[in-house]
Amino acid sequence: MSNQLTTDPSKSAQRMRAGSMTMTLMPWILAAGALMLMPFIFTSSSALTIMNQMWITVIFALAYNMLLGQGGMLSFGHAVYAGVGGFACMHIMNASDFFASFPLPVLPVFGGIFGAGLAMIVGSFSTRSAGTVFAMISLGVGELIAASSVIIVAFFGGEEGISGDRTYAMPFFGNEFLQQINVYYLTSFWVLLSAALMYLWSRTPVGRMANAVRDNPERAEFLGYSARWVRYYSFVASGFFAGIAGGLFAINYEIVTEENLNTASSGVILLVTFLGGVGFFFGPIIGAIVFTLVQTVLSLQTELWAFYAGSLFLATVMFFPGGLAGLLMMHVPVFKLGKAKLLIEPYFKTLLPAAIGILGLCALVEMTFHFRHATKGDNEMTLFWTTFDSHTVLPWLIALAVTAVGLAIAKRTAPALKEAWSDANSAGEVS
Amino acid sequence: MELILVNIIDGLVTGLLLFMLSAGLTLIFSMMGVLNFAHASFYMLGAYFAYQISIALGFWMGLLIAPIIVGVLGAGVERYGLRRVHQYGHVPELIFTFGLALLIEELVQFIWGKNQMPFNIPEVLNYTAFSVAGNSIPAYKIFMIFISVGIFMGLLYVLTKTRVGMIIQAALSYPRTVESLGHNVPLIFMGVFGVGTALAGVAGVIAGPVLGTFPGMAFVLGSIVFVTIVIGGLGSLWGALVASLLIGWLTTFAKSYNLAMSDIFNAIGISTPENMDDNIFRDLWTVTSPQIADILPYILMVMILIFRPAGLLGKRES
Repeated sequence: MSNQLTTDPSKSAQRMRAGSMTMTLMPWILAAGALMLMPFIFTSSSALTIMNQMWITVIFALAYNMLLGQGGMLSFGHAVYAGVGGFACMHIMNASDFFASFPLPVLPVFGGIFGAGLAMIVGSFSTRSAGTVFAMISLGVGELIAASSVIIVAFFGGEEGISGDRTYAMPFFGNEFLQQINVYYLTSFWVLLSAALMYLWSRTPVGRMANAVRDNPERAEFLGYSARWVRYYSFVASGFFAGIAGGLFAINYEIVTEENLNTASSGVILLVTFLGGVGFFFGPIIGAIVFTLVQTVLSLQTELWAFYAGSLFLATVMFFPGGLAGLLMMHVPVFKLGKAKLLIEPYFKTLLPAAIGILGLCALVEMTFHFRHATKGDNEMTLFWTTFDSHTVLPWLIALAVTAVGLAIAKRTAPALKEAWSDANSAGEVS
Repeated sequence: MELILVNIIDGLVTGLLLFMLSAGLTLIFSMMGVLNFAHASFYMLGAYFAYQISIALGFWMGLLIAPIIVGVLGAGVERYGLRRVHQYGHVPELIFTFGLALLIEELVQFIWGKNQMPFNIPEVLNYTAFSVAGNSIPAYKIFMIFISVGIFMGLLYVLTKTRVGMIIQAALSYPRTVESLGHNVPLIFMGVFGVGTALAGVAGVIAGPVLGTFPGMAFVLGSIVFVTIVIGGLGSLWGALVASLLIGWLTTFAKSYNLAMSDIFNAIGISTPENMDDNIFRDLWTVTSPQIADILPYILMVMILIFRPAGLLGKRES
């Protein structure tokens, strides 16, 4: 029994459990600090734009995860609630008398109310069942509203959408939100508030029951809870926060179009949330940050970024259904056992060649794309900071060799990694 | 009266095309309990493969070979993708097929580019079969009707009259029992998935020349197909047929008869308001039926879900 684990407060990993109040508050304080300091580190206006986009996606992804992760409801039309919230905010912005009667930071609340209102109507028939039927209804309703946005011009503004001016609101402590940085702090405030509220929601009995209904609806019904109503509450709350994200979008970009509520946007938010990981509260946050970065950085580099994003998504679904957050949390037991250093070497040996191999594969894909689709006579292409002729054999050979060698090494060292992983996850001495 | 006949034929073509897709989809659903989001993507792949083959070997070889390739691809997706994801539950399976649909669209754009392919009706069928009151009916439409009806008959025969069909039907309802009787149920599932996607491939081959072969073709038809099987009742083959024809005729008739909403309102006794500019319902007054033809299936679906959640012919209350 010498290998039995006991709680030893002197060890740092176990001391963390004590003082639960600081533990639960700590991430929020850190997040608030990070949000405050970010504009001082990344000062350029494009960085501010990216960050605004990121925080809006964070709220939306967290709202989406209230359905997918916590409630087990897969929605293919959730952009509709954000979009309708955005449109409502835009109409309020254009109603000058009413808009001048309150400060701008309050505006997203209206977006939330409209999003929740729509969710109340749709949810009344869509939350009857979860799973496939719910997914189908969400898709149909999403398509319906997206399609009517072109017909109902009075509310959705047709194809060009509607635009407004955020500066007509009542000045907020003398601030009229003329500059991007002001909007950044407004968005940051809302991302922190909404994330905190959504976290608290997940701790309430309603949030807990949503988990129960997700895992075993029959048993929840036997305990006296109506699975349908539990789903309905989650759905409406999720619609509310999605509407807030839409309102922030309206404030940030001052234009809302049909693109905000079509199926493509709904698909993107599913991608973001699943990539981040649906099993943990912070998963969608990671997903939103990573995806926005990948989108902005990669789309500048290559036309094929959607192809890579799709492949990454499919690989996540097939091999890491926990997403990025799941991957991170897999390592918590290893750290608690204090065996993290066992993993460093195998990780280095396997993941580095694998990454190189995958980059080689990407190079092959890019070269094929260039070979097929570049204009005639344009044989030069630039890849990984080197310019070469894509119609000669040598670069193909190099890319092929890099890919083959990288993946082969990764395949050879993978069993060692697996072994190290199981060693690192078992308590006691390494055998 | 003559126009009605033309519309009936047009609606029949659309409806039968929809049915070719929804039949496979609904079979796969009743088998695995999962909607294949990528189903319309296989339809698109069918069209593209047939186009590529038709350049070298002509349309007819394309019609023969492309669905087989698509079916093999579909079986491969089931074997190496879905079966792996199956252990995580239904929602990841749905997400997997959704991701697959995205990836196939990107892949098609990667290989063939974003433009529409010049995939044309074969010369043999490029003539007018007959004309109804001055409206000519192309022979290709008649050909489409015959192909789809033929496939439906074949499917029905195989499913209800042959031994293989019996085993499939049994495996749909009681997979465990069928397995313990010595049949290879995973193989049956893979086969049904392959056949379902091959059917979608056939639909793609024959629809490609008329509806256009472009990367968005899966997206255009995809969601309508889901709507169809929801309306017909998830998992019901006859329901899929009824719903496909219903949607086909509904959209065709809505497009060809220019009914304005204001006429309907006037007919039931509500008069058109004088000043339209400030009226918040002004869009409702000016809506015409061709405008809303494409969203009619969705409206129908929402109605069905509210009043008859199991679908028109669906039995299971899921």
